[in-house]
Amino acid sequence: MLKYVLRRALYSIPVLILASMLIFVLVREFGTDPARARCGVSRDKQCIPRVEKELGLDQALPVQYVDYMTEFVQGHWGDSQRTGQSVDDSIRRALWDTTQLAFWAVLLSGGIAVAIGVYSASKPYSPGDYAFTGLAFAGLALPTFWLGLIMIQYFTYELQRWTGSADVIFRSIPFAEGPQNATQYFQELALPVFVLSVQLIAGWSRYQRSSMLEELNSDYIRTARAKGLPRRRVIWKHGLRNSLSALVTVMAIDVGALFGGLIITERVFSRPGMGTLLLSALQNGDTNILLPWMLVTGMFIIVFNLIADVMYGVLDPRVRVA
Amino acid sequence: MTSQHPGSRPGDRLTRQERMRESAAGGLAAAGSSGLLDTSIESDDALAIGEPVRSQWRLVLRRFLRHKLAVISMVILLLLGTMAVFASVISPYEFNPTLDAATLKEARQPPSWEHLAGTDKLGRDQFTRVLYALQKSLVVGLGVAFISVVIGVIVGSLAGYYGGWVDQAMMRFTDLVLVLPALAVLLILASNPDPTFFGLFDLPPATEVNGMIVVISILAWMPMARIVRGEYLSLREKEYVEAAVAAGAPARRIILRHLLPNTIGAIVVFGTLAVGLAIITEATLSFLGAGIQLPDVSLGNLISDAESTVGTDLAYLILFPGLMLFLVVLCVNFVGDGLRDALDPRAVK
Repeated sequence: MLKYVLRRALYSIPVLILASMLIFVLVREFGTDPARARCGVSRDKQCIPRVEKELGLDQALPVQYVDYMTEFVQGHWGDSQRTGQSVDDSIRRALWDTTQLAFWAVLLSGGIAVAIGVYSASKPYSPGDYAFTGLAFAGLALPTFWLGLIMIQYFTYELQRWTGSADVIFRSIPFAEGPQNATQYFQELALPVFVLSVQLIAGWSRYQRSSMLEELNSDYIRTARAKGLPRRRVIWKHGLRNSLSALVTVMAIDVGALFGGLIITERVFSRPGMGTLLLSALQNGDTNILLPWMLVTGMFIIVFNLIADVMYGVLDPRVRVA
Repeated sequence: MTSQHPGSRPGDRLTRQERMRESAAGGLAAAGSSGLLDTSIESDDALAIGEPVRSQWRLVLRRFLRHKLAVISMVILLLLGTMAVFASVISPYEFNPTLDAATLKEARQPPSWEHLAGTDKLGRDQFTRVLYALQKSLVVGLGVAFISVVIGVIVGSLAGYYGGWVDQAMMRFTDLVLVLPALAVLLILASNPDPTFFGLFDLPPATEVNGMIVVISILAWMPMARIVRGEYLSLREKEYVEAAVAAGAPARRIILRHLLPNTIGAIVVFGTLAVGLAIITEATLSFLGAGIQLPDVSLGNLISDAESTVGTDLAYLILFPGLMLFLVVLCVNFVGDGLRDALDPRAVK
């Protein structure tokens, strides 16, 4: 087991390095040119070459990469060009804010997706199964940003109008001074968590259904039923236990997709976090934030991929041998 | 962006989940090479004596027509597509009319028979604007599907046919691109006002439809490459391919005559689903301000333009473009599902 984990971990190191190179090329070569952003519409012909020299952009890309990464791994991430705050502080704070949203969304989506998947697989092609399939199709086609706005319209404003209460029940923006108690925490997180969960539930429940279906059709399930174990026990204990390994892997991998959903959700609900940090950096031409942001996010995704591999090995011993 | 294409994890062997994913599309290989011709696999399609022999595509069409939702979706899509293409004929309004007194007088009208989706703050007919935006969405969707299929097929073909280090290099690169946080990369690329290809030549900026297509395609081809490679790996073991190799057929012929045609099912299904994904992605980028900019309309920037109306009586302005987006993507996905059933009768649902 340890050998398996180590082998997987070792494998992610070259991936990490190559990914950082790819990110570097994408941001530096295909993203907005920092020198042009800084000089703006300045008529000064010397502006661009001067800034390029100042930022080291006149050097060859590989040299820039090595220079940048040497600083980066030592923790010198520079300061934001707009606010002057240190980038690693901003990212750390944003990560914490984002984690709150992501944690509840993953927990909720995971639970609901498993329940739907198990139900659909144990009663395939029943009306309930068809209904959930339809909902999953709808969920995957719903644009997250639009769903967010619609939820705000109906569950923040219309609901308030309807109940006639003085204050909104579900907040469309977080409390200015942060949530003071559990109720407020729920009020401001309910809608964003729901919006973020819709696509996750749609994707994961389909996945859980097919892997559960595969398990329920296998021989050991038939054996368990034949020896007289109650159906409920066979489904929840034998079938679920074995089908979960597939879902857990997908869940860990989907962290990458989660970052996409988070950018939109944070933007729609005006929440602080990684998404808001990225969007404001792009809007303000704050190029210092982009590279660290991408590198940290890429690192997270690779680490979660590694976790997925390890979990898969833990849950399914057959994988370890090969 | 969705978990439809959950990224891959870098690994040198197929995990079970990958095998499942590849076999889901992978059954198609067999469907192309033998399944579609071997009509005995589905009793419905079995040839009765005296019945005329049906061609492969006839059978596919028949199976597709049996998927009612897919057929209905297809009809809706064709209808919407026609409406979008002929928007200028259908609608008596312009999408960017001169803002004279007559237009401004029409401002803030709720949906009615004159203005099916109401009018915005400047009196512009929202239904007309949505139709014009839909034009852009469809062009972007089809463009991205085309380019990402071409890139994916080339990469997948080379990797799947040659194997060895070519395969290793190409697939590791594919895995690498899959590891990137897609939406963030798209935002960074799309917000560059003057993109170039390593300073060699200029690329169209993402504020134009062409630029948008390029940007989204860069991050859309990977699943196609993996699917095509997977298909080739299994097709390569088939006797007729072996025979072609033994007969000394050049690589080009084997790929174009034997491997690619038998992968067409998977390609069509991926291409269809890619249209839907690209349309959502384009709208999302435009909504976040990194894509097509006003006064050009897109379903995304129509919604972000009307965002301030949330909570007011004018919120119908966001309702309609969003519903259009939802309907189109839903229909595209249903058609994709129908095509999957039609092209691969044995796929596990």
